[in-house]
Parts: sequence; C-alpha cells; structure tokens
Amino acid sequence: MDAIFLQVLNGLDKGGAYALIALGLTLIFGTLGVVNFAHGALFMLGAFVAVAFKSILSLEQVTIDPTRMTAWGTPMEIRQPFVEVWFGDLGATVLEYSVPFAILAAIPTMLFIGLVMERGLIQFFYKRPHADQILVTFGLAIVVQEIIKSIFGANPIPQPAPEIAKGMIDFGVALGFDAGNVVYPAWRLIYFLFSLSVIAVVFAFLQFTTFGMVVRAGMADRETVGLLGIDIDRRFTIVFGIAALVAGLAGLMYTPILSPDYHMGMDFLVLSFVVVVVGGMGSLSGAVLAGFLLGILQSFASMNEVKAIFPGIDQIIIYLIAVVVLLVRPRGLMGRKGVMEH
Amino acid sequence: MSKFKINRRTLLKGSAALGVGLATPTIFSSKAWAAGYTNEPKGSTVTFGFNVPQTGAYADEGADELRAYELAVEHINGGGDGGMLNTFSSKELKGNGINGKKVVFVTGDTQTKSDAARASAKRMIEKDGAIMITGGSSSGVAIAVQGLCQDAGVIFMAGLTHSNDTTGKDKRANGFRHFFNTEMTGAALGPVLKNAFGADRTAYHLTADYTWGWSQEGSIKKYTEQIGWKTAAAVRTPLGAGDFSQYITPVLNSGADVLVLNHYGRDMVNSLTQAVQFGLRDKQVNGKDFAIVVPLYSRLMAQGAGENVKGIFGSTNWHWSLQDEGSKAFVKSFGQKYGFPPSQAAHTTYCQALLYADACQRAGTFMPSGVGAALEGFKFDGLGNGPTEYRAEDHQCFKDVLVVKGKENPTSKYDVLEVVEVTPRSQVEYPASLLGGELGPYNNGSA
Amino acid sequence: MKLLAMSRNDILLFVGFVIFTLAGPIILEPFGAGYPDLLQKFAIFGIFALGFNILFGLTGYLSFGHAAFLGAGSYTAVWTFKLFSMNPIPAIILSTLIGGIFAAAIGFISLRRTGIYFSILTLAFAQMSYNLAYSVLTPITNGETGLQLAQSDPRVLDVALGRDYGAVLPSSDFFGLEMTGYPGFYFCAIFLIICFFIKIRIFRSPFGLMLRAVKSNQNRLNYTGVNSRPYDLSAFIISGMYAGLAGGLLAVTDPLAGAERMQWTASGEVVLMTILGGAGTLIGPVIGAGAIKYFENIFSAFNDTILMNAFSFLPEVLQSAAVSVTSLFVGEGWHLTLGALFMLIVIFLPGGLMEGFKRISAMIKKRMNGGSDGSASSNPTTSA
Repeated sequence: MDAIFLQVLNGLDKGGAYALIALGLTLIFGTLGVVNFAHGALFMLGAFVAVAFKSILSLEQVTIDPTRMTAWGTPMEIRQPFVEVWFGDLGATVLEYSVPFAILAAIPTMLFIGLVMERGLIQFFYKRPHADQILVTFGLAIVVQEIIKSIFGANPIPQPAPEIAKGMIDFGVALGFDAGNVVYPAWRLIYFLFSLSVIAVVFAFLQFTTFGMVVRAGMADRETVGLLGIDIDRRFTIVFGIAALVAGLAGLMYTPILSPDYHMGMDFLVLSFVVVVVGGMGSLSGAVLAGFLLGILQSFASMNEVKAIFPGIDQIIIYLIAVVVLLVRPRGLMGRKGVMEH
Repeated sequence: MSKFKINRRTLLKGSAALGVGLATPTIFSSKAWAAGYTNEPKGSTVTFGFNVPQTGAYADEGADELRAYELAVEHINGGGDGGMLNTFSSKELKGNGINGKKVVFVTGDTQTKSDAARASAKRMIEKDGAIMITGGSSSGVAIAVQGLCQDAGVIFMAGLTHSNDTTGKDKRANGFRHFFNTEMTGAALGPVLKNAFGADRTAYHLTADYTWGWSQEGSIKKYTEQIGWKTAAAVRTPLGAGDFSQYITPVLNSGADVLVLNHYGRDMVNSLTQAVQFGLRDKQVNGKDFAIVVPLYSRLMAQGAGENVKGIFGSTNWHWSLQDEGSKAFVKSFGQKYGFPPSQAAHTTYCQALLYADACQRAGTFMPSGVGAALEGFKFDGLGNGPTEYRAEDHQCFKDVLVVKGKENPTSKYDVLEVVEVTPRSQVEYPASLLGGELGPYNNGSA
Repeated sequence: MKLLAMSRNDILLFVGFVIFTLAGPIILEPFGAGYPDLLQKFAIFGIFALGFNILFGLTGYLSFGHAAFLGAGSYTAVWTFKLFSMNPIPAIILSTLIGGIFAAAIGFISLRRTGIYFSILTLAFAQMSYNLAYSVLTPITNGETGLQLAQSDPRVLDVALGRDYGAVLPSSDFFGLEMTGYPGFYFCAIFLIICFFIKIRIFRSPFGLMLRAVKSNQNRLNYTGVNSRPYDLSAFIISGMYAGLAGGLLAVTDPLAGAERMQWTASGEVVLMTILGGAGTLIGPVIGAGAIKYFENIFSAFNDTILMNAFSFLPEVLQSAAVSVTSLFVGEGWHLTLGALFMLIVIFLPGGLMEGFKRISAMIKKRMNGGSDGSASSNPTTSA
C-alpha cells in the first residue's frame, strides 16, 4: 500500500513537470496555431538560467598560491567566489539558495526570450503550413542548444537544492502509515506544489482577467474577435511570452532533480507533444490532466510487480497510452473538433 | 552453380571490370585496388583516424579524447615534452614519426550512434586514407566500428568501451582494447566491497536496459554473490529515463542495504543524484549504513553529480592523481597544454595511439597482420597502469584495476575521486574462453 | 511503351536524373563527397525521402514514424543474410515486403486520425518499436550493439549452392560482385532510379491525382461519395515499402542493423530532408537527403588543424580568430550549421531548395530574355 502511495507521489512529481511544459505548448497551439518544436529548448533554457545565475554569483576571485603546485607543475590557483569574499556568510547563503533565487532572474529573462522569439520569428509563420513551422522551430531548437553547448559544455552541471530542502519529509505518519515508510524528498514536494501553483496562476489569469477573456475568446474564434476591433496579435505575443516563462520555470525548478545539460530539451520534446495530444490539442485542462495521468501511469508501469507480467512495459507505456487514448477518443481527452486536424 | 566457385581474385577482377563498365575510369586509380593492403601509406605521412563523439551526451568525453590524440600525435612526431614516450618501456619510437613517416590525422563524429560512427569511419578509410581507426565512448559504437574495421582491413584501437563483448563475444582480429571491462570491475570491486561493508549484505541493482548494463549487472552479481552478498532484485531501467524516482522508491522498503547503479554517463549522474536525494546515502537498514555503489566511474561524469559522489565506491581505468612516473609525465604534458588534468578517456586513447605507433615501428610495417602480431602478447610498462600485457587470445589489455571512492573533501573541481585500492592484475585475470567469441583471421584489406 | 506516356518535361527530368545519378562519383568529387560510402548514403536516403514524399507530398499526412519501416527493413535484410543467403536480391525483396506489411499494420490504425493526431500515432508506434528493439527484443535485434553477421550463421541457400566463405566474415555480393565500394553504390543507384521512375508515374497517375485531392480537401472528397481511406493507406504502404527498401539497402552495403535507425530523431530526419528539399516536388527530397548527409559527413570532419591550414594565408592573429569563429560551425559545431540552415531555408525559401533552384533558373531565363527552352529549369544537374 505504501509502495503504491509512493508511486503516486512520484507520478504527481513527474506529472507536474509534464503538465507545465504541455501547458505552454498547448497554449501556443490554441492561440497562435503554431507547432512549436522549440518548446523543449525553452525548458532547457530555463534550467540554464539557474546555471548561469549560479555561475555569475560564483564568479571567483583567483589568487595564485606560489607555494603549492598543481599535478602538472603550474602554481595552484585559490578560487573563492566574490560574493563570499564581499559578503561572507550572507554571500554563501545566497549561493546555496541559487536555485529558488534564480526565479527572479528567470521571469524577465524567459519573458524576454519568448517575446523576441515570437516577434522575431514565430509571427512570420502564423499562416505557413505546420511542416514549415516544425522545420523552423526545430532549427531554432538546434541552434539554441548548440549555443548552450558551446558555452557550458555537454556534461550535466549539478545544481543542488538548498540544504534545508535536501532532507526527507516523513509525512506518512499523519496519513496512518508506519513511521519511516512514507518519506519523500522535500525538494520534490516543493516541485509538485510549485507546479500546482503555477498552473493555478495561469488558469486564474486566463479566467479572471480581461486579458485572459480576450485570449480565450481568440482561441475559440480568432476571426470574430479580430472583427470586433481587438488587436489580438499583441495579446498573442504576450501569450507566447507566458508560455516560454512557464516552460522556463518548469526547467529551472527541475534542476535539483535532473542535472541540466544542453540536450535535456530534446528529451522532453517528444514527451511533451504526446502529453499535449493525449490531453487534446488546445485544451489547457486536458494538458494538465494528461500530464499528471501519464506521470502516474509511468510510475506504476515501472513497478517490479507490473514489469514481471509485462516485460519492458515501462519502456513504452507513454506511447501505448497515447495510442489507446487516441483510438478511443479521437481528439484526446479534452480536445475540440477541428483543432490541428489538417 | 559454378558461379559460386570463383576465387576471390577473379571475383575482384570481375567486379572491377563491371564497375568500369558502369562508371568511370577513376576506379583504376582508386586507392583500394592499387595498394598491397588497405590504405598502405605511400608518401611521407601516415594518417590516423580519430572517431570520437562530438555531439550528443558524450561530447565532452569525446573532446577530451581528441585532446589526448593530438597530444599523442605531437609526441610521436617529436613535438612537446614527449609525455609518456619517455616512460614507456619500449624505446622504439624516436620522435620522428613511425617507420620514417610523419603522423597526420583526420577526425570524425560518432554521435554515439552505430550508423553515424560507421559512416564516419568509412569516410576516413575510403576518402582520407586512414590506416587505423581509434576512439569512441560507448560499447555499442566500439563493437560496430570494430566490425567495420575488420571488413575494411584496418586496425581498430578501441577507446572507452567497458562491455565484455568488445573483446568477448564480438571480438575481431583487427580490434584491440586497452580499457578494462565489467568482468575486471567485478573482480576488483568484490573484495573491496567485502572489506568496506562486510559479507552480510543484500544488494539491489538498477541496470541500464541494454547490453553493457546487463554485462555489468552480471559481473557485479557474480562477484558480490561470491563474497556472500544476496541480490534482492535487479531492475532494468530505460536508457535516458531522466527521472529515476519510480525505480528508487521501491528500494526504500525492499530490505536491501546496498544499491548498485549499473548506469553510465547521464543516467549515472541522474540516478545517483536522485538516489542521494531519496536519502539512501544516510539511510540505516538492518542496523547497517546503506551504501551505494557505482561500478564504473568516469571522473568527467562524476563532476556532473557534484557532491553526491562523496564516499561512493566504484572502479576506473586510470586516474590523474596516480603517482607513477608514466601518469605524472602524462598529467604534466596534458595539463600544461590544456590547463586541466586528463580524464580516463583521454588516458586510454593516448595509450592506444602510442601502442599502435610503437607496434608499427617494431613490425616495420603498417600492414594489419604485421601490426597485430607485434601487439599480440606485447608486454609493456610505463603507461600509467603498471606492467601490462596485450593478451594474444582476445586482444584485451590486462593491467591493474583502480578501485576509487568519491572524495569527501575535494580541493578542486577535478579532484572528485580518490584511489582506494589498486587491485593487482593477477586478481582480475580470467581465461579468454570465459567470454566466448572468435577472433578470426586478420584482414589486410583489398590487395 | 510506358515511358513514352510521360510528358516531355518529365522525360527530360528523368534522363537528367539518371545521368546525374550515374555520374555522381565524378560530379561530387570536387565537393569532397565522391567516395563510395557517402554516395551510397545519398542514394539510400534519397530512396527513403522519395518514398516519404509520396505520402507527405501528395496526401499531406505528416508521419513521424517512418524510421520504423527503415529499421524493420534493415533487420529483415540482415536476418535474410544470416539465415538464407548473402545475395542481396532475397534480402531486398523481403525487406521491401516487411516494410510494406509493417506499414500496412501501422497505417491501418494511424490513418483513422488526421493532422497532428495522426503524426503522434505514427510517432508512438515508431518509438515503441525503437524502445523494444533496444531492450526487450534484444534476442532478435541484438539491442545496443546492433545485429551483425557471424561466421556461424546457417545461410542455408548458400550452403545448398555449395558456397563456402571459409574463416572470414562474409560480405554480401551480387553473384560475385561485392556490394561495397562503387559496385555497392551503383547497386543502390539503380534502385534509386527505378524508385524515381515509379514516383513520377505515381505523381502523374489518376491515383496521384486522387491523393492530391485528399490533401486539398478530404471532407469534400468524402461528400462526393469517395472513400479516401484506401487511397491514403496505399500511399502509406508504398512509402513504407520505399523505407523498407532503403533499410534493406543500408544492410546490403553495410551488413549491420541497429535500433537507433528507428528512433524518432531518424523519423524526424526524413521529414527534414523532404521539407528542406521541397515537399511535393519530384526531386526535392533527394536533394534534401543529399544536403543533410553531406553536412553530417563532411562538415563534422573539419577540425582545427584543417581550419588552420585553410586560413594559413591570413596573418597569424587573424588566422586564429578566423579559426575560432569558424570552428563554432564545423567539426563539433556542425549541428549548429545544420540548425541555422533549416531556419534560413524555411524563412527565405518556403518551397525548400527546389524553390531556390527555380528562382535562380527563372532569373537566368529573364536575363536571357526568356529563351524558349524549358529544359534548364527541370535539369537537376545544377544541384550539388
């Protein structure tokens, strides 16, 4: 029982990441009608905002210690981050909390990247065939990741969570399990709650603001909204920025779980498309639902008991679900007719 | 039916004639048909082919291999400080190239994909006239390229490949491996693990679900069960799973007190980071401290796991902190040229380039069968691993194996591992028949 | 004669294509691409892309799973070598057949959906094939290492015919003609030409017209009482057979089949080849395939030493600057160039490389004051 409960937690955690990426992706589909193959790259860029933030913070003062030598016979360099030199313990604390603090840097950065991308490239592809959109955004994704590779290298770069969130939380006792049986890493719980709040904020924004109302109207019937004299394009630009931000934050907060490397965006790309399609193209709640559903089913499929019956099921579960859902429900769980069917 | 009994020479003539008929006179001048063996060097230079991953997950490892190759070529041609040429027990190489020919090289990207690696190797052989191919950072690629080199009639000096199959089930006469394998890792780790954790332990394996992972899982199981450990479960994980939480949580309450991570590269970084995140390093089970073991360590990759590697046991082919003369000389010339210490991938590829060059010099030819004969049973020292032998039966190097541990107090970002024990060669040796496979005859290529 | 039924332009295009293909080794030599392995890859991936374009270019169905058929073809061919004979003919026939059968099964299910839902279905099937081939199906596929030949293979047909390969590993040969090097290329080239011919016939046939109708408006077609599904499925199967053939040829020229041939990136590659060259055009996909394979094999090979030599005419300071800038785009940075190329082409040449050629030839024509000869525009030898 506790094993199943833990797998649900794992699934919710994973699902949080899936849902966040898929949310932005489906938002872009629904509003702009663009197939964005660079969405994984945005997730990766978010993670690298954390990396860059930390490396700027830990710019080092280099002093040369002539009394000690490296193994290859040059004088040893003593490195100490400037923030520690200048601010002492406070500086060290800021460094330790670099992952959550990087959110402050990520919000303007990701919004900016999103706006530049939309104005500089995507807007010229609204009327172009989906194949063209795929080619250009895929090209962009490659260019972005190669730039990251040339700056940060190809190896993963560790981004530890703050010391306080590194421990485990034993909350099974409160739910009636034996002590020590249901423990879960604090950071993963934080990630799950974080993804829930981001989803809530996005929904509230679209539901309760005038801006959101116009965007939703635009999603439903773009032409009519345009005829009403509303400049829908400008709003859609902002929507793209928001989608980029959501993907970026998802990537940033995920770094203590997955050490970021330049290729991580591509790994999430296919998966996020599957999530979006299972949820139904252009359906926000569908994307969220499918994200959590796939996360949980993926966790269950990895259990030894399940794998004993279906060997290798954890290798294909995501795709298997996609096939079954699409055959039973032609437009995914909550898709609308006519969206991206041509 | 008599068609099938044509001998090879008439066959070649026939195909050449047909080729001419179909196409162009350039076939006559094509190198493949004219030389005594594939790409026999005729001018004043000889071309090496360095086939390393330049894109994909192992790009940094590939870059380090390339650095080491460039250094090796420099040293063979007499440049730089000579590096390990000065400590190498064979003194045949004089710093004037090989057999009087200067070494030049071409490079290619394996992308860590068998097809791309073979295409890249073929280009170097067919277009650039490479006399040998070397490099790589995974066993799948190594075995694929080794097979290609056998067909093409050039020597393959394997780079980083740890699977038993490279010099076991899939061994080929034209292929040679300096790196160690999972069998040696198991033999070396077993006793060290017994000393560190005792004989009464239960292990839980997480294994990358492909041939190398299975190979390593098998070896570690074999040697840990020999020292009395039990195996609770061995769970296969998809390659590149990213988040391993769904495989780690079942470990928590499984009753196992050791977690063995048969992962490499990014999988290793992620699974280790997440296992530590789930508190496995600080956990107590059955009154014993829970332990994590990463049988194959790569220092370059361990950096990606950061402080999570602290105190975690594993094995490695070589480490830059070794204090023998060969290692010191190599670290010195590499460090001075590039500003940081070399990785084990760099070390093994540097050695392979040197060993190949030396064998050609001793054989007085570049012909694969001649070079192979010079390498077979070759005993040498001074390349950083102590006395080493290229075993004739399977073209595998036998040398001491390093058991390492994540360092508790690193002094720099390169200083993440410390050597716990140097397991002597005698302890990791096994009969060649154990792993099966057939070397077959050498292929010198088109005559 | 069927050939005579072709229009004048098509005949010119076809003849030009044949000449260009057969003279490939000479024409591509100055570009550093005139060596057998790359030429073989050009021909094989040309076939793959041609087939993909029959589906995508005509019906508009964007499949993200065609690599599965290529992979299935490769495995079939290697198994044929192992079990029956090293002669490429049975291998080619079987791999084409298996490619078609596999495509029929996947197509039958996937074609129930359209648009992106169809794309994801094909992607899902291909990814399942890849993941299983890499792990659980290792007894059949030999997993990560890839399926290779062994001396101990049965090869019953060869044995029955008294053929003995001795102690060396056999390589495939066409009645004595080894399928490596230039003979291997010409073997593939002949198939490329045949495939191209078939494709012209399909494009110009009533069947092709029907497929185009599917692309322009499937609903209207259905309202007129035509069931379009059999047409779509036929196109899907034909393109699957092209992919199976390409996979088989890959194994013929190099007897190894690996799971990564089925990965989504491989499926994506053929999509990119087709769009890059010009989707819906007759010859564009072949050019797109050539361009991508050229980048992969030639651009990745430039290292600093080569660059240093290339820029040796510059003063030393400029030389190292030029090298460090250029090295971002070649060698280990070749992906960057490829990505940038995708973007530039699709931004400035929406019809792919073919549109570029058309524009250039139109420009030339204009400058020559509209010569009456229309052959220049359709002559593919202007491409490299």
